[in-house]
Amino acid sequence: MIQVHIRKKFAGFCLHMDFEHEGGCLGILGASGSGKSMTLKCIAGIEKPDQGRIVVGDRVLFDSEKKINLTPQQRRVGYLFQNYALFPNMTVEENIGAGIREKKLRREKTAMQIRRFQLTGLEKRYPGQLSGGQQQRVALARMMANEPEVILLDEPFSAMDGYLKEKLQHEMMEALKDFPGDVLLVSHSRDDIYRFSPRVLAIDDGQVLQSGGIADIFFNPLNYKVARLTGCNNISPAEKRGEYEIYAKDWDITLKTARPVTEDIRYVGLRSHDIRAAEPGNRVRNSEEVSEREERMAGSNSENVFQMELLDLVESPFEYKYHVRAQGSGARSPIWWKTYKNLDQGEAPERFPQKLRIPGEKLLLLRE
Amino acid sequence: MSEWLDILGDLDFSPLFISLKTGVVATAISFFLGIFAARKVIKAGPKVKAAVDGLLTLPMVLPPTVAGFLLLLIFSRRRPIGIFLFENFDIKVVQSWLGCVVAATVIAFPLMYRNARAAFEQVDPNLVYAGRTLGMKEREIFWRVVVPNAGPGIVSGTILTFARALGEYGATSMLAGNIPGKTGTISQKIAMVIQDGDYVTAGIWVLIVTTIAFVIIAAMNLVSSRSKGMKQIKRW
Repeated sequence: MIQVHIRKKFAGFCLHMDFEHEGGCLGILGASGSGKSMTLKCIAGIEKPDQGRIVVGDRVLFDSEKKINLTPQQRRVGYLFQNYALFPNMTVEENIGAGIREKKLRREKTAMQIRRFQLTGLEKRYPGQLSGGQQQRVALARMMANEPEVILLDEPFSAMDGYLKEKLQHEMMEALKDFPGDVLLVSHSRDDIYRFSPRVLAIDDGQVLQSGGIADIFFNPLNYKVARLTGCNNISPAEKRGEYEIYAKDWDITLKTARPVTEDIRYVGLRSHDIRAAEPGNRVRNSEEVSEREERMAGSNSENVFQMELLDLVESPFEYKYHVRAQGSGARSPIWWKTYKNLDQGEAPERFPQKLRIPGEKLLLLRE
Repeated sequence: MSEWLDILGDLDFSPLFISLKTGVVATAISFFLGIFAARKVIKAGPKVKAAVDGLLTLPMVLPPTVAGFLLLLIFSRRRPIGIFLFENFDIKVVQSWLGCVVAATVIAFPLMYRNARAAFEQVDPNLVYAGRTLGMKEREIFWRVVVPNAGPGIVSGTILTFARALGEYGATSMLAGNIPGKTGTISQKIAMVIQDGDYVTAGIWVLIVTTIAFVIIAAMNLVSSRSKGMKQIKRW
């Protein structure tokens, strides 16, 4: 169990963190400069909060009222740095051994971690002679050898891309699977967070915006900032028009919603993958199929169908990104629509379908 | 030519040994004091840092004669500290080899301190934080993580300190004087023989000093180019 209630002012910024977490991995999602790394540093004892209380399990690590402030050495908090912070002047063996408190058991425990993290044969190498994946394993082994009660992961994958990132994410999950304590993962990447953390804390400007289960945060964000953090590309200021109707100012369209629009709703959000074509593409189909589709669309799905004009089309290997706006509207900014390519049907881009449907149940109704 | 060989044969090499001995001892003292001071200054608050840093760097920017004057004020046997040292410990700084060491140390120390401080400040702070979260003691972190990773900077600082201590003239001549075979260093020897118009002897000593200085600088370049993880820029 971990409880964090801290305040810290620095360089025109005010950190104001309150959260509690029990069991498994908690993801802290925030843009750079939102205070997420500072929060981890306060928990680890690298930085000192101005006031507040930090508790891990039954141990108070910091309490400004009771004047408790354990040194990082006493906290037993494992910290995985973004660049791993391996000691460049020490071999793999020495790096892992550096954190083992009982000197007598150093050799034995080091050997155990080397086996566990498949570092056999690399004992005498220096960090500079290792690949990125090997460095991560050494950093994990060094942290685990120290037997921490909580593990803090500070943007572990942000400097990587593609294949290496997926491989290391997989290895990290394997390594943390058997860890009995809590894990805090800090990241600005919604993909990393989604992959690791069943529970999420969305933070901005040093404050918790929303906390909850992963599905809540991603599919039911409460406000504008959380929607942005979770990767919602289409957000427009909005005005209530009726119980189930909202006007999106930037897109100049009025949308029907599945949920009632409350008075405090200021924005409407729409994920670019949630928009659907309301008429078939250019592929040759037999007339039966077409008429069947049209019939379906004429039913309950005919709401929020707009005649759209295409402003721009960007192609990437597996998807198309269209910039669109309602035909003849005074839209100030385009709506992004993404579709996955249907690779079975060949590479030819689909004809722009002209009519798009915005599903009311997918609309995010957001507060300030 | 034979005239040169005669002079070389009769040459009293004591200035070389006095200078080397002074240089080695002054460098050893500066090494530990410099690292110690650098560590303390880095940890201090900004105001203390500015004041102490200024004080420790002063001997490098002031004329050596100013340092000599201040050292005389302290160690003269007509003044309290000088009297105290002589009467209680039989320590004589003025007009003695110890004076050479004190003068060279005071003048060369800032080089060690500044280089060590710059080298420490370039060490990735995450390494220190990592050491702390891993439960390493502060002393252990300093000697096993910070110092090795500041290695090249510390080595070049040490070499510069040695070179400076070896050639010290102004403060040494005021504090230790120029007693042949006792406090007569190379720099003082050169000044003395030139006053006598003996340019050949002066030239020989100049050659010796130049050679030593060159070897030192070349060695420093070798060390700093070998520093780990630094990519050498050959073209840009």
